[in-house]
Amino acid sequence: MTPRPSRWLVRAGAVAALAGAVAAPWLVDPYTTSLLARTLVLGLVGVSVAILTGVAGLPTLGQTGPFAAGAYAGALVGLHVCPIGLVQVVTGAAAGALFAALTVPLVVHARGVVVLMITLAVGELTVTAASRWRSVTGGSDGLAGMPAVRPVWGMGVLDSDRERYLYTLVVVAALLAVVLIVLRTPAGLLLRACRDDEARMRASGHRVTGYLAAAVVATGALAGVAGALLVSVQQYVSPADFGFEVSALLLLGAVIGGVASVGGAIAGTALVIAVRDWLSGMLPGHAPLLLGGLFVVTAYLFPRGVVSFSAGAVALLRGGSRPGSARRVPDRSGADPAPGAPVPARVGPRGSGVGT
Amino acid sequence: MTGSASTRVGPATSGAPALLTATALTRRYGSLTAVAGVDLRVAAGERHALIGPNGAGKTTLLDLVGGAVRADGGRIDYAGRDVTRLGPVRRARLGIARTHQRPAVWSSLTARENVEVAAWRQAGGLRGVRTPGRFRSRLREPALALLDRVGLADVAARTAAHLSHGQRRQLEIAMALAGRPRLLLLDEPAAGLSGAEVQRLVTLLATLSREVAVLLVEHRLDLVYALCDTVTVLRDGRLVASGTPAEIRHSPAVRRAYAEAVR
Ligand SMILES: Nc1ncnc2c1ncn2[C@@H]1O[C@H](COP(=O)(O)OP(=O)(O)OP(=O)(O)O)[C@@H](O)[C@H]1O
Ligand SMILES: [Mg+2]
Repeated sequence: MTPRPSRWLVRAGAVAALAGAVAAPWLVDPYTTSLLARTLVLGLVGVSVAILTGVAGLPTLGQTGPFAAGAYAGALVGLHVCPIGLVQVVTGAAAGALFAALTVPLVVHARGVVVLMITLAVGELTVTAASRWRSVTGGSDGLAGMPAVRPVWGMGVLDSDRERYLYTLVVVAALLAVVLIVLRTPAGLLLRACRDDEARMRASGHRVTGYLAAAVVATGALAGVAGALLVSVQQYVSPADFGFEVSALLLLGAVIGGVASVGGAIAGTALVIAVRDWLSGMLPGHAPLLLGGLFVVTAYLFPRGVVSFSAGAVALLRGGSRPGSARRVPDRSGADPAPGAPVPARVGPRGSGVGT
Repeated sequence: MTGSASTRVGPATSGAPALLTATALTRRYGSLTAVAGVDLRVAAGERHALIGPNGAGKTTLLDLVGGAVRADGGRIDYAGRDVTRLGPVRRARLGIARTHQRPAVWSSLTARENVEVAAWRQAGGLRGVRTPGRFRSRLREPALALLDRVGLADVAARTAAHLSHGQRRQLEIAMALAGRPRLLLLDEPAAGLSGAEVQRLVTLLATLSREVAVLLVEHRLDLVYALCDTVTVLRDGRLVASGTPAEIRHSPAVRRAYAEAVR
């Protein structure tokens, strides 16, 4: 269990972050506001990556697939059907879920690095399909010219960056609340148990494959919503939005933030995007180098991700040991064991029986 | 609950109907035959021990019965049906529960959550525990009662990763019992336990309802002789002998099997 003080620290941090997120568009220029909106969108995809990677134990490079499916579906609805945000978001969710459902047979039987390879292929195939299927996706030119979005019937058109940002914030925050609630129900418990020891789950009569399939479809829907939001924010979509860099960035953000925590996934994604878009402005052309450096530093200092740092800091202040132990690969057993307490090493793929 | 307090029923259970019948069961790992044509019969409610030197194939036999490992030959009948082709999930749902030689628990869950997840199917799944009231009465309270029975009531809220080895072993027993099994497979449940913990385990097994049959792998022969009705001896994947504790204790074949293994 996380020690109480650090839980309050995390909570206070979350409230501060939310307040900052609401105030942000009044503090920065419109360009930065639209950048922030895109960061929120990617943060939502990052959450779906973190759930799959950290909670379900399926590390993925393929969430750009349902993300793209949702984006194109949302764009087509915006262009040809109606400008209502709610309709676009629901369509995006359905498209993302459907896309993810199609990939279920490929993903749920594999484990570990093999999942990474399969999902990487899925992501790359999606981008290729998006650039070839000109009649639907507009090819590499993409789709543009959709009218500005109206959140629901009767509401005005969102015609400023600030309004579109706030719309994105509301949808993302609502979905995050849903995700957090679901992860607290037994559903989250079952997923974590699958990640911890799959063979033990089967021995207790649980259909692991079915649970993982449900997780893949649900996170696909999340990524699909993010896709629809992306289109509302930038009023444009092209295959370049879903390239390998995006997948890699998302996984990096999830790992840096601590794969098992939703807040960490958002923070990690935001950090990674900040490094890529802002810091690299000072050192043009060196974004990959900076990202690599960031990864090494976090993996070394915060083996459980930056968010668990607060817990580590509390332990340090109390005269405990260092947060986690350095040089340990970000581990999959979640962020809850108290820092400094002995955590049995779990290496090797799930179900291999490796453990203590 | 017949004979729940007695630790010895002797050959009385051999007249009881068979719950598990394994016939010519075989499992190979490459060129090694870990289990070679073993016949095994466990009666309903029986306490059946599986002993033998290291590498005899005891764990593999439990894996075969539990469905974690597929048989290369032979067949397994359980509760009147052929389960040879069924996977571990189906067999678990039919009432076969097990613990592992190296305790397998969900390390990021608390002890209580471990038992709840293990009891999940038996409590009726999502539909069965949908309301908080049902969750409490069907999962939480039975889970806490089970933890109390295995001596883990104090650490119910502790993450399993932070339990001692012995505690994790006992937690896995609670998890196996949470599924309300008819056949309980225990792989060296006393290994690595403290004296007090062993005592508690013995009490638990001795007072376990006779509606549950137990197939027990154990190196501590004192426990085996005290608790079990039937003892089966394996060596190099083959069945060496099977009989009452008294028969096994004095069997020359068994002595030879152990002596050769030690040499
Ligand atoms: N997954 C596996 N792959 C290869 N060989 C295996 C595997 N599992 C078991 N074996 C081999 O099968 C034989 C029987 O192993 P098993 O674990 O069933 O023995 P055991 O009787 O449980 O021994 P112990 O008392 O040491 O637990 C051993 O020689 C072992 O090395
Ligand atoms: Mg063994």
